[in-house]
Amino acid sequence: MSDIDGKEKIEPPPSTLSRRDLIKGVIVGGVAVSSASYLFRASTLVGQSARGTGERLLTINVNGQLRRVDVMKQETLAWTLRHKLGLTGTKLGCDRAECGSCTVLIDDVPHYACSVLTHTVRDRKVLTIEGLASPDGTLHPVQQGVIDEQGFQCAFCMPGFIMASVAFLKTNPNPTRTELAHGLSGNLCRCQDYDKILTAMMRGAENMRRASRA
Amino acid sequence: MAVIRDVMPAFELFQPTSIADAQKLLQQQGHDAWVLAGGMDSFDWLKDRIKKPKVVVDLSGITELKGVRTAADGIEMGAMTTLTEIIQHPIIREKYKLLAESAELVASPQIRNQGTIGGNVSQDARCWYYRAGWPCYRAGGNICYADTPEGRNREHAILYADRCVAVNPSDTAPALIALDAKFVIRTSKGERVVDAEDYFIGPDIDITRLHILKPGDLLTAIRIPSTWAGAQFHFEKVRDRNVWDFPLLNVASVMMVSSGRIERIRIAVNGAAARPLRLKVVEDAVRGKPPNAATGEMAGKLAVQGAVPLQFNAYKIPLMRNLVKRAIGGVQEATWTS
Repeated sequence: MSDIDGKEKIEPPPSTLSRRDLIKGVIVGGVAVSSASYLFRASTLVGQSARGTGERLLTINVNGQLRRVDVMKQETLAWTLRHKLGLTGTKLGCDRAECGSCTVLIDDVPHYACSVLTHTVRDRKVLTIEGLASPDGTLHPVQQGVIDEQGFQCAFCMPGFIMASVAFLKTNPNPTRTELAHGLSGNLCRCQDYDKILTAMMRGAENMRRASRA
Repeated sequence: MAVIRDVMPAFELFQPTSIADAQKLLQQQGHDAWVLAGGMDSFDWLKDRIKKPKVVVDLSGITELKGVRTAADGIEMGAMTTLTEIIQHPIIREKYKLLAESAELVASPQIRNQGTIGGNVSQDARCWYYRAGWPCYRAGGNICYADTPEGRNREHAILYADRCVAVNPSDTAPALIALDAKFVIRTSKGERVVDAEDYFIGPDIDITRLHILKPGDLLTAIRIPSTWAGAQFHFEKVRDRNVWDFPLLNVASVMMVSSGRIERIRIAVNGAAARPLRLKVVEDAVRGKPPNAATGEMAGKLAVQGAVPLQFNAYKIPLMRNLVKRAIGGVQEATWTS
């Protein structure tokens, strides 16, 4: 984490800034906030790199962009996305391949980003929730389905569910509710909102079919 | 134990692109090296700081370890072929569906997309005392925490326990044993091919490993002969929840029936012992008999002979009896008895 070196000038955040924007700003700008756990983590990592397995500059393809980023050998893709590239839409729940909230697509196939080493995705295409909408801001049909049906309660698990759905619907555009549930069985919702989530994802499937006909 | 969500401790990462290079690396690094396939078992060990290898050798860049090929007799699967590829492969679906069925019941879609067939058969035990880093027999100590009056051992062994009572958690392993698969192993001395059932070992042979691979050895491929192509298959897995979970028990069988009699059969059970068990006694007893409930009943009783329950896993004995009964007598005919 060479970007956290405290050299940048600290700008007081504007009062209208949301918590999410603030955290993103901290990551992208490299401004250290004493209460942010990121800084504590970064300092322990600096100690590790001193022992010889430091970071290496990689170029990875994320959401269609080539991003250059310093990556440790033992770093997971979820960590790189969230803490190095500021793509905090990918959530870290269990960090043990058990909850699905970190699901991203690697070459169109859903993977748990917490259980992929960033060094193994160098020649592959990574798609996160941030890369789903078109450049003009039009939402992906599955994202629209979520809004149409108000599919989630707290929505922490939502990015993972949406990514798993998008991948499943690409190969199974016309699933039954049971088939879709089976396809999304690698994602957990702590609010137990599965029924509404499925309804939203079925609506997303319908939106996708309509979009492909148009 | 609290779940640590920090970055894993540092290790040196090697990403060889050929089997030869991987072997060279493993020989150089010796016991310090950790072989990484899909990582679905490895990352738990590394993240929990239970295993702290200095060097990780990632096999995901080795193309010759991937994919399903047709061989002279049957098929050959590279050890790094993902479970999803195996589930979707047309030849496997047509001729060896038993394997596809077992792979489909592994964990979750995302895990099947990344987990490999080599990793699934080589994964370590799930006993939580062992996974949590307790210094038990399997970890090189001299106590078993699960086999004590208060030990939590609902998931543990009922057969062939020897100090350690952990079980093998693989779903594809019994299917491969039933299909008479051969495992291709690359050692420092050259290539070695073993029968699927001989790949797995119990604590009586080595208490710290579930398979015969020694440091530096690599499982490179698994071959399925055409012997059982299109036979009558049965795979059943019992687990606490329908996703993610490892088997409490599973059963895989292949059967050839002619004029109402079992002509040839192979059957294997996993989750009952430290290695998947091929039930030769059952195979011999049911040959020549009709595949009905009565034969199944007899087979089930034979299968659990010698079983010794622990404090909390006595249910596994009737469960195994009934799974074997259903595999042979058919699912419709069998009724639940205890």
